[in-house]
Amino acid sequence: MPGTSPLHLAVALDGAGWHPAAWREADARPRELFSGRYWTDLVLEAERGLLDFVTIEDSLGPQSTALDGFDDRVDQVRGRLDAVLVAARVAPSTSRIGLVPSAIVTHTEPFHLSKAVATVDHASRGRAGFRPVISARASDAKHFGRRDVPVLERLDDLEDRLLLDLFEEAADYVEAVRRLWDSWEDDAEIRDAATGRFVDREKLHRIDFEGRWFSVRGPSITPRPPQGQPVVSVLAHVAPAYELAVRAADVVHVTPFDSSDVHRILREVRGVPHVFGELVVFLDDRPGAAASRKARLDELAGAEYRSDALVFTGTAGELADLLLGWREAGLSGFRLRPGAVPHDLEAITRALVPELQRRGAFRTEYEADTLRGLLGLPRPVNRYAPA
Amino acid sequence: MTKPRKQVHLAVHFPGVNNTTVWSDPRSGSHIDFSSFRHLAQTAERAKFDFLFLAEGLRLREYAGQIHDLDVVGRPDTFTVLAALAAVTDRLGLAGTINSTFNEPYEVARQFASLDHLSDGRAAWNVVTSWDAFTGENFRRGGFLPADQRYERAERFMRTAWELFDSWRRDAVVADKESGRFLDDPAAGTFAHQDAHFDIAGRFGVPRSPQGRPVIFQAGDSDGGREFAAATADAIFSRHSELEAGKAFYADVKGRLAKYGRTPDQLLVLPASTFVLGDTDAEAQDIAAEVRRQQVSGPTAIRHLEEVWNRDLTGYDPDGPLPDVDPIAGENTVVKGRASVRQHRDPFAVAKQWRELAEAKGLSIRDLVIHVSGKQTYIGSPETVAEAIDHSVQEDASDGAILVPHITPGGLDEFADRVVPLLQERGVFRTEYEGTTLRSHLGLADLP
Repeated sequence: MPGTSPLHLAVALDGAGWHPAAWREADARPRELFSGRYWTDLVLEAERGLLDFVTIEDSLGPQSTALDGFDDRVDQVRGRLDAVLVAARVAPSTSRIGLVPSAIVTHTEPFHLSKAVATVDHASRGRAGFRPVISARASDAKHFGRRDVPVLERLDDLEDRLLLDLFEEAADYVEAVRRLWDSWEDDAEIRDAATGRFVDREKLHRIDFEGRWFSVRGPSITPRPPQGQPVVSVLAHVAPAYELAVRAADVVHVTPFDSSDVHRILREVRGVPHVFGELVVFLDDRPGAAASRKARLDELAGAEYRSDALVFTGTAGELADLLLGWREAGLSGFRLRPGAVPHDLEAITRALVPELQRRGAFRTEYEADTLRGLLGLPRPVNRYAPA
Repeated sequence: MTKPRKQVHLAVHFPGVNNTTVWSDPRSGSHIDFSSFRHLAQTAERAKFDFLFLAEGLRLREYAGQIHDLDVVGRPDTFTVLAALAAVTDRLGLAGTINSTFNEPYEVARQFASLDHLSDGRAAWNVVTSWDAFTGENFRRGGFLPADQRYERAERFMRTAWELFDSWRRDAVVADKESGRFLDDPAAGTFAHQDAHFDIAGRFGVPRSPQGRPVIFQAGDSDGGREFAAATADAIFSRHSELEAGKAFYADVKGRLAKYGRTPDQLLVLPASTFVLGDTDAEAQDIAAEVRRQQVSGPTAIRHLEEVWNRDLTGYDPDGPLPDVDPIAGENTVVKGRASVRQHRDPFAVAKQWRELAEAKGLSIRDLVIHVSGKQTYIGSPETVAEAIDHSVQEDASDGAILVPHITPGGLDEFADRVVPLLQERGVFRTEYEGTTLRSHLGLADLP
């Protein structure tokens, strides 16, 4: 019921925040970006704000402002940790919030990722997911040395055959991962002393996935995760990504700039259970303060910060107006990218969330203890279990 | 002048998917719930152990074309469970077995560098190489490797990963807010590696981790494996837990170090070891015998025999005599997916020997398998076990032990409570951690 059901909120965590100069803010902790403590603190803050989930960005090479390859810049954060491992590191220290790391599905193994996400789901008692990300960069391909990829020179290249193939491969990848999660029935472990059998092997299934890029036999080595199917989210701006979302995702993150964009995009992603609007946010209590803070960061960075998503500056009340307006247009939630951490993360959890609660648009306590539960998604029946 | 007493190094192996692990015992808990991993890790840390160790198997074992169902089946992903354990421990080393056949160096290096960061310097990598196309069916890159390329690939893989670990200087991240310099080197992470197995170049994405690189373990026992360990490893996961065999192995691998310019303290020998404790030695012996019967059920005994006979023996009574038919010659096709399918080199000789043994001692199939498949390494009262472990170390049969409890997750509790204090009283085991990294626990010098 668009317009009346409570909003869902996620935050996208990346380094010291999404603005390239955010790491220079007085309250930033740039020397701790590669520690477990830093990530635990951030996710605990998001959990105090009762958010549905956090996402954690990742890539198969250092960050770069170049379309492909490296930019040799020393004035921005370079280097990051494996996002799935960060999610695992945070899992035991949190209890309710969902953990959705990015995972690059080009060059990597679906078998490994399936058991990794399943393990985060076990360690978090049902709060895991992942966001499949493709890699179109030739520089990433050279890190693996297994396929020749042309260097990206123009954004238009992204619309050619290569990109379609990468999204097709991603869809196959998610399908293999999902089958592996189901390759153990929930009650496969029997510990039957009479026959000496630990499992009922009739309840373990080969997946026999065969595709253009890989085949995977199965079953997984890891028992079915607590959620059955952890949550899959997809960020989408272009047609092949919308198609991937429709085929494979529980949540799609989209980047409208106004309500008419929302209507247009909703037609592209029909059938995906949750459509989250994506915004970069700079939030301050005093009107105008966020815009001047962003301007100051822009000056430090030497360029105006732009994004693939709408960049919002304003107060929590103004942001709440915008979010509720887009909910009217049909979005079920939002993934907010804090411009600077911790400032904008805390503004989300300590100002925006109370503002939305006052308007009756956000939960006042966690109503479920799994991520699927928070998103109102039922625990799915196992595709291999007899009906 | 007496030789200074060597310090004992202790680690614990999370019980595995083989018949060492007794799942039928009422105390046996989950092998997948994180609470089991937390319990074992926190017990090991409470006892000041060096590290926790995880084995790996990337395809469920099969038996005659069907999934082997008599032992524990199923385990978590290694990297993620170790990263989660980093959150519930502070000092314990976290060692994972990661295959060099079904992975690429760039990805494994970023995962280990990440784990080392997330644990503040406690990661270790047991480098193994598989070669079976059976496991390869789960992976896009398949699995077969000719025998002569196995260690070569493992070594090239590991050395490639080292280049990636070394591609960032320790002080490359300056993060100076005032000047706006995050890095002091625009080319941090640059690497280029080319050999017969890997041809990769670019920039590694993870800054140098607290230990520089994970501690390296090696587990192979062949001549090639020993040489690989002598050249590159920090520790060996050895299978020679008995005193005399241990001494020979210890002398052999430590003797290989000099030609690589290394000293004996730079490679620790840690045998996988099982144990059973009792209030008295006699009680421990009784318990050990009972555990052996739990480990070798009737069906398990039959399957163990089939590994030698290489044929279906399901019609035989485990409590009856050994089969009078002969083994089938040729490659064993019955068992698939074991970390080490022990191909019995001469199954006819083994069968003959076992029949003679069974006749001489009046053993049933199950008795025979219990008899020949190895008893626990350390059996006795806490005093006896502490003395035996210390003896193994002082006699240069080992540098300690990687203990394999037979119960999950409480199988180490009694050892922690009763044996560790005795080793501490003997002055051969730490009472507090001195450093924070696994390298420090193992007495290995810091890397630059």
